[in-house]
Amino acid sequence: MGNKQTIFTDEQLDAYQVRDSLVCIFTFFLHCSLHGRYHELAPHLVPMDYTNDPDVKVPLALIVNMPELKENPFRNRIVESFSEDGQGNLSFNDFVDMFSVLSEMAPRELKAIYAFKIYDFNVDNYICKEDLEKTLNRLTKEELTPEEVNLVCEKAIEEADLDGDNKLSFADFENMISRAPDFLR
Amino acid sequence: MPKKSDTARKLDDVGIEIDGDVESAEEDKKTKGRGAKKPAAGKRGKAAASEDGEDEDEDDEPPKGRRAANKKKAAQADEEDSDDDIPQRRCAGNRRRGKVRESGRDGENEKSGRKSRKGGNKKKDGKGKGKDKENDKDSDKDEKKKKNSSGDDSKSDEEEESMSEGEMAKLMEEVEEKKKLIANIRNKPWRMRRRLKVLKEAQQFVDKFEGALGKGKGRKLYAYKVMMMKKWIKFQRDFENFRTSCIPWERKIKEVESHFGSSVASYFIFLRWMYGMNLVLFSLTFGLVVIPEVLMGLPYGSIPRKTVPRDEQATAMDYSVLMDFNGYCKYSVLFYGYYNNQRTIGLLKFRLPLSYLLVGIGTFGYSLMVVIRTMAKNADVGGGDGEDNEFTFAWKMFTSWDYLIGNAETADNKYASITTSFKESIVDEQENQKDENIHLRRFLRVLANFLITCTLGGSGYLIYFVVKRSQEFANMDNLSWYEKNELEIIMSLLGLVGPMLFETIAELEEYHPRIALKWQLGRIFALFLGNLYTFLLALFDEVNSKLEEEDSIKNASIWFVKEYYANYSANNPNDTGTPPPIDPADIIRGPCWETTVGIEFVKLTISDIQVTYLTILIGDFLRALIVRFLNYCWCWDLEAGWPSYGEFDISGNVLGLVFNQGMIWMGAFYAPGLLGINVLRLLTSMYYQCWAVMACNVPHERVFKASKSNNFYMGLLLLILFLSLLPVVYTIMSLPPSFDCGPFSGKERMFDVIMETIDLDLPAFMGTLFGYVANPGLIIPAVLLMVLAIYYLNSVSEAYKNANMELKKKMQMARDEEKNRRNNKDSTNQVMKDLEDLLPNRAHAPPENRAEKKHDQGGKSPKVKPGTAGGGVHLQKDVSLASANPSARGPVTRAPGPRGPGPLPGQPGPGRGQGPPPRRQ
Repeated sequence: MGNKQTIFTDEQLDAYQVRDSLVCIFTFFLHCSLHGRYHELAPHLVPMDYTNDPDVKVPLALIVNMPELKENPFRNRIVESFSEDGQGNLSFNDFVDMFSVLSEMAPRELKAIYAFKIYDFNVDNYICKEDLEKTLNRLTKEELTPEEVNLVCEKAIEEADLDGDNKLSFADFENMISRAPDFLR
Repeated sequence: MPKKSDTARKLDDVGIEIDGDVESAEEDKKTKGRGAKKPAAGKRGKAAASEDGEDEDEDDEPPKGRRAANKKKAAQADEEDSDDDIPQRRCAGNRRRGKVRESGRDGENEKSGRKSRKGGNKKKDGKGKGKDKENDKDSDKDEKKKKNSSGDDSKSDEEEESMSEGEMAKLMEEVEEKKKLIANIRNKPWRMRRRLKVLKEAQQFVDKFEGALGKGKGRKLYAYKVMMMKKWIKFQRDFENFRTSCIPWERKIKEVESHFGSSVASYFIFLRWMYGMNLVLFSLTFGLVVIPEVLMGLPYGSIPRKTVPRDEQATAMDYSVLMDFNGYCKYSVLFYGYYNNQRTIGLLKFRLPLSYLLVGIGTFGYSLMVVIRTMAKNADVGGGDGEDNEFTFAWKMFTSWDYLIGNAETADNKYASITTSFKESIVDEQENQKDENIHLRRFLRVLANFLITCTLGGSGYLIYFVVKRSQEFANMDNLSWYEKNELEIIMSLLGLVGPMLFETIAELEEYHPRIALKWQLGRIFALFLGNLYTFLLALFDEVNSKLEEEDSIKNASIWFVKEYYANYSANNPNDTGTPPPIDPADIIRGPCWETTVGIEFVKLTISDIQVTYLTILIGDFLRALIVRFLNYCWCWDLEAGWPSYGEFDISGNVLGLVFNQGMIWMGAFYAPGLLGINVLRLLTSMYYQCWAVMACNVPHERVFKASKSNNFYMGLLLLILFLSLLPVVYTIMSLPPSFDCGPFSGKERMFDVIMETIDLDLPAFMGTLFGYVANPGLIIPAVLLMVLAIYYLNSVSEAYKNANMELKKKMQMARDEEKNRRNNKDSTNQVMKDLEDLLPNRAHAPPENRAEKKHDQGGKSPKVKPGTAGGGVHLQKDVSLASANPSARGPVTRAPGPRGPGPLPGQPGPGRGQGPPPRRQ
């Protein structure tokens, strides 16, 4: 307990715990370890003392090397969509956010929202064909021929696009993903 | 995050809080009797910039000293309240109490330990505006808290009682609302900071009013319940994980699947299923028959049937003899003949013969049950995934990656499997899109089926011919090697050539590989059936000849024993005692056809195993080695051209497995050890084939998806089970058992052992009861009843199927409808179009439309972006109405022209309504 107080003020901890009691997975200790993880990523950047809300951000290059993300084909997108500036620099709040969304306890709707953000490569609030192509190439390590990629993307849009604008809005995406049996991560 | 949904949510929140405010305001008035200066409820919307105007009014202390006083009060309150608080919270509260910046006014807040620094700041800094909703709420809370915690508990109690039922209910509702908000806070895609704030407020509210409603008394219990619930859920999840991890070879199969597609994996899943079933059969047989016999039965050499005859003893341990399952193997616990016909054995009075028969029947019963149950379950799954094809590609694209993967190798596997699954879907899709000359294709298919029928008929005749010839040969001497083995040679040649021929012919048909596989399986199955039944016929011939032989031997045997005793008394006239028993090895034996049948089946199984394994070793492994290493010094490219690497032969392997299982079922009654052999075989072949397929095979050229329910395999299995059931039941019911071997020796028929048990061990009335049950007068009505039930259930399922189809069609229609509506185009349905053309008001619809557009353009709100919901609720209603029925305004016959800067026609701008200008929040 003593150690903890040096990192956060009590209030800060309480505030996080308020959230945590709902997020269910974090306890005090886990929280500290989360901070530990955050600190580990960039020991020279992140202070151990968080009592006065330092404005620290860890760059993307360091985050994607976490073992949880290392093998993920969308790691850059994940980190980018959780960062407040869109460049992939995560503050501690963003970091906690990311973990809580990626945790298995997070609700489907929330995951759908962030999944949409992740797959939306060009950040225009629509998943268009280029986004799909990028997604597909990352998923298959570019082992499909261009014709196949084209076919798959067209089919995917045709299936899920309800408003006929040849790109997927969030409504389309949510409608589609909410019926997927294995969208749980 | 999407702007629209965000705004909508905000509106929602506002709505909730408005309600809450009105509510609490009323309450305030009533309870305190003070003129509460609540501002009009509708004016909120901003979450920042807060103020506590109300607080000052209601505070008895002057504003200056307020904080200190509050703190003191809070401290008191805390002490009072903390009795029923959990220690951690109190701890937090105490610690916080020391903070200067914290507005420690509310003991309730303190108690719940839910105050962030930001909240504190906010409260402190604003003064005098008194308009903000959140402040209102805060102040309400403060008031309430004061009431509750500042000492006059009795007063507040009274007040609570004085609340009317309706208010109570309202408050309750509101608390529920807040609770919902808290529960859903995680669903909001807000940045953490905002989430924290909103959450804290809702939490306070709930804490306070829940207490007021008396729910707080059971808080501990409630907390405990919630905790237990969470624990339970977690336990369930862990248990599920544990169960999944207990499924054997899951990883192996997934690995194969990732490289070879689901069709190859389906074979291994089938193999695993078979292994599970055989394991049960094995434990049944060994537990109830073999082990009791070994533990409690007479030992080897005690009676003739358990002893190797004298003239065989010299060679009984020879390897070649043992490999033929003669010698010591034949007179062992593995085979039927070894078992004694004693009614009970051992101290436990274990009824071995009865147990033997029941296990034999139980094996079939269990197999039938399991196969049928699995089929039914699979059919269930098959029905469930009917709508799967709606979003195949989209789902694959967005949900196939497993975010839990952290291992590089697993990730590689996953990439491979995703690629494979995409390829499978692409093949399916291309198959759907293909449209060629349908007549030519039909003709080719008919031709192919004709050819294959010819082939099957030809091979059937060939087998018939060869069997007849072999029966002739059986009576002749000095046969050549070919003539002796003609039947076997022809059989294996047919088994080798037939499938290849079928495959060649099947190319004419151009089916999707999945369907082609089924056809191929069915055809080879038909071919193999001939094989099997020829074998059975030959076996029955042998059994019949042995039965004839037996009678004479029986007499000889009895005569031999009598002779022996006569001789003994003649040779030793002085000895009046009983003569020493004959050495069991010397007694003349019957042929014991049951053991012969058992040996045939075991031999067949063993040779099948050998052939399968050798084929894999030579056909796959050696070929792969040659192709791989000779490729360096060869004239053409061995890997790309002929012979290349082998593909995994799904149909052949599945059929091999199915037929092997048929052998086991048929043979298990006469050779209980066969099940043990089979379990070993399946176990080794799992590892061996997994290795072989990963090491030496290449994926199919067209990777295809196995149908989700492999009911086709199960159907084959069921058929073969039925076919193998027939001969066994026939022998049990109608052939007399051998007189000197096996558990049923000395009886007229095998099932007499059941009659005997009924007569001897069960009370007499049971015997008569069974007599009645076996009466034809009862059996025929029962059969009739069953037929009727089957008919009824069949028609019911038919009706359900129809209803299902209807619903599916409706869903499809609804989806199309939705698409069309959203597209705002005219319907694609030709009939609907025609109907619309017939509408009478078509003439004046377009002008109205235009007018409306103009009106919209006239409105002055160029800044409003489409998608931002305008101020009032009634407007929103308009929106939904408009989009719900676009054709009410008449059909759109032209493409929409260029639109002005105004809002979309479907979304009325604020120019039309009188609501306040929209606020961006």
